[in-house]
Amino acid sequence: MKKDRRAWNWLLVVPVVVPLVTLFFNADEPRLAGFPLFYWLQLAFVALVVIVTTVVYQLTVRAEAKSDVA
Amino acid sequence: MWRDHLTQIIVFAVLFLGVSALGFFASRWRRTGSLDHLDEWGLGGRRFGGWITWFLLGGDIYTAYTFVAVPALLFAAGAMGFYAVPYTVIVYPLVMFALVRLWSVSYRHGLVTPADFVRTRYKSPTLALLVAITGIVATMPYIALQLVGIEAALKTMGLVGASGFGRHLPIMIAFAIIAAYTYSSGLRAPALIAFVKDGLIYLVIIVAVIYLPYKLGGWGHIFDAAQAKFEASPAPNDGILLNANNQLNYITLALGSALALFLYPHTATGILAGRDRNVIKRNMAALPAYSLVLGLIALLGYAAIAAHTTPVLKDNNTIVPALFDGVFPAWFAGVAFAAIGIGALVPAAIMSIAAANLFTRNIYVEFFARDASAARQAKVSKLTSLLVKFGALLFVVLINPQFSIDLQLIGGVIILQTLPSVGIGLYTRWFHRGALIAGWAAGMGAGLWMLYLVPNPATDHAHFGGSAIALSKLGLDTPKTLYVGFLAVALNLIVSTVLTLVLRAANVRDDGDDTSPEDYVADRSTERSSLAAVASESSGVAASRAAS
Repeated sequence: MKKDRRAWNWLLVVPVVVPLVTLFFNADEPRLAGFPLFYWLQLAFVALVVIVTTVVYQLTVRAEAKSDVA
Repeated sequence: MWRDHLTQIIVFAVLFLGVSALGFFASRWRRTGSLDHLDEWGLGGRRFGGWITWFLLGGDIYTAYTFVAVPALLFAAGAMGFYAVPYTVIVYPLVMFALVRLWSVSYRHGLVTPADFVRTRYKSPTLALLVAITGIVATMPYIALQLVGIEAALKTMGLVGASGFGRHLPIMIAFAIIAAYTYSSGLRAPALIAFVKDGLIYLVIIVAVIYLPYKLGGWGHIFDAAQAKFEASPAPNDGILLNANNQLNYITLALGSALALFLYPHTATGILAGRDRNVIKRNMAALPAYSLVLGLIALLGYAAIAAHTTPVLKDNNTIVPALFDGVFPAWFAGVAFAAIGIGALVPAAIMSIAAANLFTRNIYVEFFARDASAARQAKVSKLTSLLVKFGALLFVVLINPQFSIDLQLIGGVIILQTLPSVGIGLYTRWFHRGALIAGWAAGMGAGLWMLYLVPNPATDHAHFGGSAIALSKLGLDTPKTLYVGFLAVALNLIVSTVLTLVLRAANVRDDGDDTSPEDYVADRSTERSSLAAVASESSGVAASRAAS
């Protein structure tokens, strides 16, 4: 059970909640490369989720390697 | 007329047939045992590594839904359709741990389907039966959406006749081909084809997102053209931004779709075919790469507006193929159509395998033939995979929502009703099995009733026209709309919770649990019997842990 209960797992809440708060980015300006905010920001959330899940995965792997040695 | 599309048809046919040959060949690929066993036919031997799992899950999630239904929704309704992007972003962090737990408990207990899990967790064949039926029924409209996708490509090439029989003939031929190689090769066929599918799709999409803005005057111009179109249209809820009435629908659609995705039986199939826990976790970090592609494909709906593309035969689903037809040279349009068609084949095959496994394990063996041999089970699954595809054909004919995406969303309303028993069940055995059955019935009843209330303004049908319900229909004085699945599963959860409290207070019998907490964190490398197997597949962490 312990494996699933590490504190950094809470990081995963960020990429779940942020893309759902449409109130904050339901706007045209500022545009980026012609894309309205609504579109480029939501595409940027893809990068956010990749970063967060990768970090959580790496932390888990390292912690498991450590506990295996011990 | 099809004669004008001869080059496209030849390129499409060559690629389509080549891939089908690959599907038949797949039965020999990475074979570890006889295909007359459900683990082999239906789960590819449970030994797929990170890359294959990536392609397989990608094939599960990014389907005709992505290439046809989502851009069609953007083309017609605007920003609303972009919900597919947050949906495919939040789904990974949201379900990462749940799916890893599902892998572990299934590995430990030799489970093949989500209903198997429910059977083991709640020791209730009735609840497992409900979950199995729900899975099979929910999968059919989703497969139907794949049919619509292939049909969109065929229509654009002028291959779909106007008459009743001619209209469905090409699609029937295409489906007979998939049915045949799924039957003979099982899960290995879509796994192998998924490589080709993704290769083609990446090629097409990279060319499209570079070439189209260049040709159409830049993304800024494309968005402006879309805005101009929506401003001129009389529909109240379209536009390149959301408005006060559809924001909640957008959020509930993204959240509901994400929760539904992980409950679909074919997702479990893709997950359980993975080799170990790390394969699943790595994939949860790598799969969102597809979401970026999905977002760009979605925006092709706007590119079509800027290019003044008109849908073929007034069918919005053809908007992306029609766009390709208009801007690409004929041979490359043929490649793009093949990408769409093959992109629909892969998930259709995985989905029908998953539904077939459900039928065999949780209906046939459970209720009709307790002592069926492994070979007999595999045989029944193979036959059922054919039947499921015919069920999907029926959905295409009988249900005609305004947007093809609603086929997937109606499937979502249905499958979401297994959230308490399967999804939450992975974390806690708190719910009483009787309460789960009642909650399921309440959620399913309410969900179907609300779907019945949704009209289709395009065809003037009063029922089953979509998946967003106006709250005014439920007696509330507001113009806001919501995803039906979200409301239905909320009711399901409330009923399950309240009844669990009641049944526990009344001391009604609940038969316990065949799983233990350790089962949910078990891994292949911790199982002594498979140490050698893991070492021989030597990859990163798993191997080093096995060695130590």
